[in-house]
Amino acid sequence: MKQWFIKLWAKDETATAAGNGRVAADGTRCVQCGVCGYNCPMGIPVRDYARQGLTVSDDRCISCGQCIEVCPRGTLRWES
Amino acid sequence: MIMTTTSYLIIGNGAAGATAAETIRQRDGQGGITIVTAEAYPMYSRPGLAYVATGEIPPHQVIARTPEWYDRQRIERLQAEAARLDVRARRVGLADGRSLSYDRLLIATGARAVPPPYDGGELDGVVYLDTLDGTRHLLRKARRARRAVVIGGGITALEMAEGLARQGVETHYFVRGSSLWSKVFNEAESAILEEKLSQHGVIVHYRTEVSEILGNWRGKVRAVRLKDGTEFKCDLFGVAIGVKPHLGWLQGSPLQMDRAILVDDYLQTNVPGVYAAGDCAQVLDRWTGQYMLDVLWPSAVAEGRAAGVNMANGRVPYQKGIPFNVCLLFGLHITAIGQVNPHRDAADEAEEFQAISRGSSEVWFTFPRHYSSAWAAKGPNTLRLVLDGNKVVGALIVGEQSTADALRDLIEYEADVSGLKPFLRADSDRLKCEILKFWKSGEWRERPPIVISRSF
Repeated sequence: MKQWFIKLWAKDETATAAGNGRVAADGTRCVQCGVCGYNCPMGIPVRDYARQGLTVSDDRCISCGQCIEVCPRGTLRWES
Repeated sequence: MIMTTTSYLIIGNGAAGATAAETIRQRDGQGGITIVTAEAYPMYSRPGLAYVATGEIPPHQVIARTPEWYDRQRIERLQAEAARLDVRARRVGLADGRSLSYDRLLIATGARAVPPPYDGGELDGVVYLDTLDGTRHLLRKARRARRAVVIGGGITALEMAEGLARQGVETHYFVRGSSLWSKVFNEAESAILEEKLSQHGVIVHYRTEVSEILGNWRGKVRAVRLKDGTEFKCDLFGVAIGVKPHLGWLQGSPLQMDRAILVDDYLQTNVPGVYAAGDCAQVLDRWTGQYMLDVLWPSAVAEGRAAGVNMANGRVPYQKGIPFNVCLLFGLHITAIGQVNPHRDAADEAEEFQAISRGSSEVWFTFPRHYSSAWAAKGPNTLRLVLDGNKVVGALIVGEQSTADALRDLIEYEADVSGLKPFLRADSDRLKCEILKFWKSGEWRERPPIVISRSF
């Protein structure tokens, strides 16, 4: 129920997950600022994946796209 | 049989130092790793301080490693200030009198903000956006401040102005020249950015230079005196006039230095066993053929990683990438890659000395041999290419960012873009479409980037 609610709350542009719904990262853009994880409604430490250029593989991820939306450096995107 | 372990000593706990330590641990499970840091915090994101200043994230959120991470990695973290280097004894002397020995040493002490070159810099109300403590102090001061003046050309000054405006302080940005950061932005790009500053309530004053910071009887900032002799009232003075590599403590050491510590393609200095990485290191830049300073977070991470590999018995030349930065300023995305100076040569630009700003590279300000440029704009979305003959050597992208990855690759690979030349005067949509088509065709990949290793 809570997850459904959170998906409604996420911004329109990224509320619809693209690709396979997983969040990929370009590690060379990441400055480890932590804005991503701060905005994650599920409390996932997205920075730990982003800085290493890894796709977020945490089971809690609901593909809301908040982290992609808020990243100031264009590090995160939907995995295609 | 006695197993000897290597002792690794790293001075500096920023992007380069922490990454080097992590890399060493991956390669050497036994060696002792010690990081010496002057700050009380675990490694934190310095670029993230901009988002602390705007209030988007709380200060603690920029801390990128936990104390538990250091424990798990078996990295000892020591809070102290390095004061002396004795390469013969292989020891680093600390300011508190202790000294530490090493088998392999990494100097990753970074850079520090330059204070104003005139009186008043020690007054209460002078703030910086350079360290976590300094940013916390800025936020505390901003809560009670009514009017701020910000000085400096470069990303940090703009971030500070944005942060203070968002904190509700009436913010005035004093610019010495007649446009914003003229070494990087052309007039049109500067105008777009200035419009954004105005929309966010920042008042820009061109050709305005401070000559002194004035304080009241309580030692607090009350105004600044300008070069024309007039006074401008303010109670907060934000300084972002660049940074200088922190090298003072290495005076008298045999390390070869220029604007920073010179290192070879293995990040080693002229002293065997001593390495340098990050904002205090000058690395050979293959595009300009010179030893250049990048004050860029991704460069520091990559250099730290390369230093870590080579310190832990690797022998892998560092593949320096093309210096690039993408930032979000006043809601505008800006990407700068490679040689982006909008001037044709040094004679063409007005003399404007300032120490290098964080978030930039010396390479950005240089000039290609056979300069030409292309420009396309659609509203606030602009694209400027700098070419050297048939190669794109620089790109400055404002707003819409669809071509950023493509241009980074084409510049990195020194791709022959003769196929794009017919479209360089096309409209913005057409030019971007052709760039993406050219990039996706992959023909430019046939020639891999040239790598020549050099060691001291």
